[in-house]
Amino acid sequence: MTKNRFFFRHYGLSESDVERYLAAALSAGGEYADLYFEYLSSTSLMVDESMVKSASQGISAGCGVRVVSGERTGYAYTDDLSPERILHAARTAALIASGPAKEPVVGFQEKPARSLYPVALPSVDAEITAKVELVMRGDAAARACDPRIKEVRASYADELRNILVIGSDGTFAEDSQPLARVNVSCIAKTDGNSARGSAGGGGRVALDFFFGEKTPEYFAKEAARQAILQLDAREAPAGEMEVVLGPGWPGVLLHEAVGHGLEADFNRKKTSAFAGLIGKRVASEKCTVVDNGTMPWRRGSLNVDDEGQPTQETVLIENGILKGYLSDKLSSRLMGMADTGNGRRESYEHIPMPRMTNTYMLAGNDDPQDIVRSVKRGIYAVNFGGGQVDITNGKFVFSASEAYLIEDGVITAPIKGATLIGNGPDVLTRVSMVGNDLQLDEGVGTCGKDGQAVPVGVGIPTIKIDRLTVGGTAKRDMGGFMQ
Amino acid sequence: MPNSTLETRNGKLETDLKALATDVVGRAMAGGSTAAECVVREGDEFSTVVRLGQVETLKESGSRAIGVRVFFGKRSASTYSSDLSRDALDRMLNSALELAKITSEDPNAGIPEASQLGSIPGDLDLYYEDVYSLPGEQRIDYARRAEKTALDYDPRIKNSEGGSFDAATGHKVLANSHGFVGEYRRSYCSVAAVPIAKDEKGAMQRDYWYSVARSLRRLESPEQVGKVAAERTLRRLGARKIKTAHVPVVLDPLVANSILEHIFEGVNGDSVYRGASFLAGKLGQKIAGDNVTVIDDGTMPGGFGTSPFDGEGVPTRRTIVIENGVLKSYLLNTYTAKKLRLQTTANASRGLAGTPGIGPGNYFLQPGTKPPKGLIAGIPQGLYVTEFLGHGVNLVTGDYSRGASGLWISGGELTYPVEEITVAGNLKEMFFNISDIANDLEFRGAVACPTIRVDGLTVGGE
Repeated sequence: MTKNRFFFRHYGLSESDVERYLAAALSAGGEYADLYFEYLSSTSLMVDESMVKSASQGISAGCGVRVVSGERTGYAYTDDLSPERILHAARTAALIASGPAKEPVVGFQEKPARSLYPVALPSVDAEITAKVELVMRGDAAARACDPRIKEVRASYADELRNILVIGSDGTFAEDSQPLARVNVSCIAKTDGNSARGSAGGGGRVALDFFFGEKTPEYFAKEAARQAILQLDAREAPAGEMEVVLGPGWPGVLLHEAVGHGLEADFNRKKTSAFAGLIGKRVASEKCTVVDNGTMPWRRGSLNVDDEGQPTQETVLIENGILKGYLSDKLSSRLMGMADTGNGRRESYEHIPMPRMTNTYMLAGNDDPQDIVRSVKRGIYAVNFGGGQVDITNGKFVFSASEAYLIEDGVITAPIKGATLIGNGPDVLTRVSMVGNDLQLDEGVGTCGKDGQAVPVGVGIPTIKIDRLTVGGTAKRDMGGFMQ
Repeated sequence: MPNSTLETRNGKLETDLKALATDVVGRAMAGGSTAAECVVREGDEFSTVVRLGQVETLKESGSRAIGVRVFFGKRSASTYSSDLSRDALDRMLNSALELAKITSEDPNAGIPEASQLGSIPGDLDLYYEDVYSLPGEQRIDYARRAEKTALDYDPRIKNSEGGSFDAATGHKVLANSHGFVGEYRRSYCSVAAVPIAKDEKGAMQRDYWYSVARSLRRLESPEQVGKVAAERTLRRLGARKIKTAHVPVVLDPLVANSILEHIFEGVNGDSVYRGASFLAGKLGQKIAGDNVTVIDDGTMPGGFGTSPFDGEGVPTRRTIVIENGVLKSYLLNTYTAKKLRLQTTANASRGLAGTPGIGPGNYFLQPGTKPPKGLIAGIPQGLYVTEFLGHGVNLVTGDYSRGASGLWISGGELTYPVEEITVAGNLKEMFFNISDIANDLEFRGAVACPTIRVDGLTVGGE
C-alpha cells in the first residue's frame, strides 16, 4: 500500500489538526480515543426486462470520534469534515468520561502496510459503459439458457472506501478498500409453476475480474440452472436426519453456528453459549475452523480493520478444541487477550465491534463421493439463503435454497427450500466426515449485527453432520404424531 | 467546504433545505433534464445502553444527505451526497446528468403527474420535541431503570445485554419539477431491556421487550418494559425439543407481524408486475379466509407509518388490500402502477438513490373479537410461537420454512417452552388457514398484527 494520505490531500487535514481533535476527545479523561475518517463512493446499476432501469452513484463522507473509558464508550460523528464540527463531535464523545484530561501519545506509528487488493484502477472510477455491458450480458445470458427463463434482473454494484484511523495510542492507518459484485436473479415459469434462482459474486477486485475470471455469463447460467431445477423440486422432509453440506457457500453454517458465538464482546459479557469454553471440545476432531482477513482479493478481507489493526488468520477451533475468540481493541484490553484485528464497523456513523472476516473450515481427508455414499437417508444441501443465530442459547438456522434427497447413498430428487436448525456449541461435534474439497464462496456475503452490515466471506469442504433438524413439509410421518 | 450555515435543530434550517431542494431541481432542469426530483434528509440521533448498571455506550450525532433523480425523456438516473457544499452539489448534479445517458428508454419511467401531487392537510401528530427534553443523566436513567427492573425481577436473571434509551428526529424535504415542495418532521423515542436468565444446568436464554413512541409522554415506563422483558425471558428457561408434528400453531403478535409482511411483499407492485409473487394476477380473487381483512393507511395521526406524502410527493391514503379474504388492491408507486395500468396507492418509498421502492404506511390485519387466551383455549396440542429465526420464505412459490421457538400448548394452556424447531408450509394455504384472529392489535411500528392461529403447518423437531 502506498501512502495515500487521501484525507490530507482532499480535506486539508494536518497532523496538528488530528492531535487537536484527539486532545479534545480526551479532554475529560478516558483510556483511549480514536478518529475514523471515511469517504465512500459507490455505483449501482440494474437491468430489468432487458432495460437499464436504474443507475446511481453517490458519495458519503464523515468522521466518527470514539472515546473509551473503562467499559464505557462515547461516540459522536459528523458528515461535515470542517474543524469546528469534528471538534464538536470530539467534545460530545468526551462526555462519556469524567476526569482530568489525558494526553494522546505523541507521534503516530504507521504499521508496515499490506496490500491484499492492489487494483490499478478502482472499479468506481472505471468506465460506466463497461459496467453497463456486464449487466446487459448477464441479462442476455440468463435468457439464452432456457426458454422457461422469463424474468431476469442483473445488477452490478461497486464501491471504494477510503479510511483513515488515528488513535490516541499512536495508531495511524489508512486503507483504500475496493469492493465489487455482479448478481443475476431470474424466474423460471411453466404452466402453473414458477421458481427462482439467483447467483452472484465478486470481491475486492477491479472491473476486469468480471471480464476474465467470473463473467456475468457464469453467474447467469448458475442462476438459470437453479431456477429450472427448482421447477421440479418436491416437498422437503421434516425432522432430524443426516445432512451433507456441499463445499463453499454452505460455510454459512460456520458463520452462524460458531462464528458469532466466538466474537469476543459476547464472551467478555458472558452472554454467548460459548463463554468459558476455551480449551474445551466443541467440535469433532476432524474440524478446524479459522477466520482469515488476509486472503487476497476476497470480499471479507481487509488490510487493516476499522480500528487500524492489521487483520490476521485466527484459529477458532483446532481439531475440535475451542482455541480463541475474535477480538477488537476494547475486548482485547478488557479480557487481557491479543487483538485479532476483527474490529469492524459499517460506517463512520457506527461504533466498531468484533466481526468476522472470511470464516472457513480447513479441508479434511474424505472423498466427497464417499461422504454422500455413506448416507442411508438424508439431504444434500449445496446452496443457501441467509442464516441467523441467537448467540445466548446457541440456536441457529440457515435456509437451504438448493438441496436434494439422498437415498441409499445416491443423490436423487431436488427438494424445495427448507430451513435447517441446530445448536451452535454441539452441531460440529456431530461432524463425522470432512471432505478434501475446501471451497470459499463466490463473494456475496453480508453479515448483520446490531444493525450494522459488513461484507464477509465463508467457506467449507463437503461435510457430513450425523443429525440436524430439517424444516420441510413432507407429510410422511417421521415418528411424530398427527392431530 | 461544507455549508456551515446549516446547523442541526435550527429553526432557520427548514427554509434552507426547501430552498436547497428547489434549487437543485431548478439546476437539473437548467442542465437539460425533462423532469427532476430532489430529496433532502436530515436527522439527529441519541442512544445509550446501560449494562449491569453501568453506562456502556453513549452516542449523539446528526447528519444530512441529499439525493437527486433526473430524467431525460424516458431515461433516468440518480445520485446522492452527504456533502452539501456547492462543489459537492455540482458534482452530484453533473454525474446524474451524465449517468442518465447510459440508461435505457423505459416507456413507463417518470415522476407522478402534477395533478397527483400534494400533502394531506392538518397536523399528523408526528413530531414532538420532547423526545430530546430529558437531560442527559435522566436519559441514562431511563435505560438503567428498564434494565434494573428486569435484573431485580427474579434471581434467575443473572446477566443482561443492557437497557437502552434512544431518541431521534428526522426532517425530510421533497421537491420536483412540477413545482411540488413538501416537508415533514417526525420524532421517535424508545426504551428497551434485554435480560438473560440462567437455569440450574447453566443454560442461558435471552429475550427482550421495548416501548416506542413519537412522544416521550406516550412511552411506557421503563419499569413496565423491564418487567415484560423479564417475564418473556424467564418463560424460555428449560426449553425442550419436540417431536415432528402437524398441530395448530398460534403466533404471538410480534411474530404474526411477519406473516403480514409476507402478504405485503406479495402485493408489492414490484414483485407483481414481474410475476415474482405468488399473488400476481390474483386481483379480485379470494386469497385468504373470509376473516382476513388487511389495510394499509398512511394517514393515521401519530402512526409510525404516517406521512403527509409518499416518497414521490403523492398524498398518502387508506387502501384496503384484502377484504374478507378477497385481494382488493396491490400496493404501488408511480412506476409499478403504470406497469400494471393501475393508479399509484401512494406507497412510494424513496431512499437517497435509486428508483423509488414500495413501503407500507400503517399496515395491519383487522383484529377479531376474542382475547388471545381464547385462541389457545380450544387447542388440545399445539405450538405457540414467540420467535422466528431466519428468512426461509420464497415469495415466488409461497414456500415457507422457518426456525422457531415458543411454548407448547396442551389442553388449551401454555405449558413448557420449546426450541430448535421449524415451522413449514406454503403461504398460499396459510392465508386460508388463519382460523382465528384475536383482538389484541397494537402498533409497535408501521406493521401490526394481532395474535393469530394458523392450521395445517408442519412443526419439525426430533
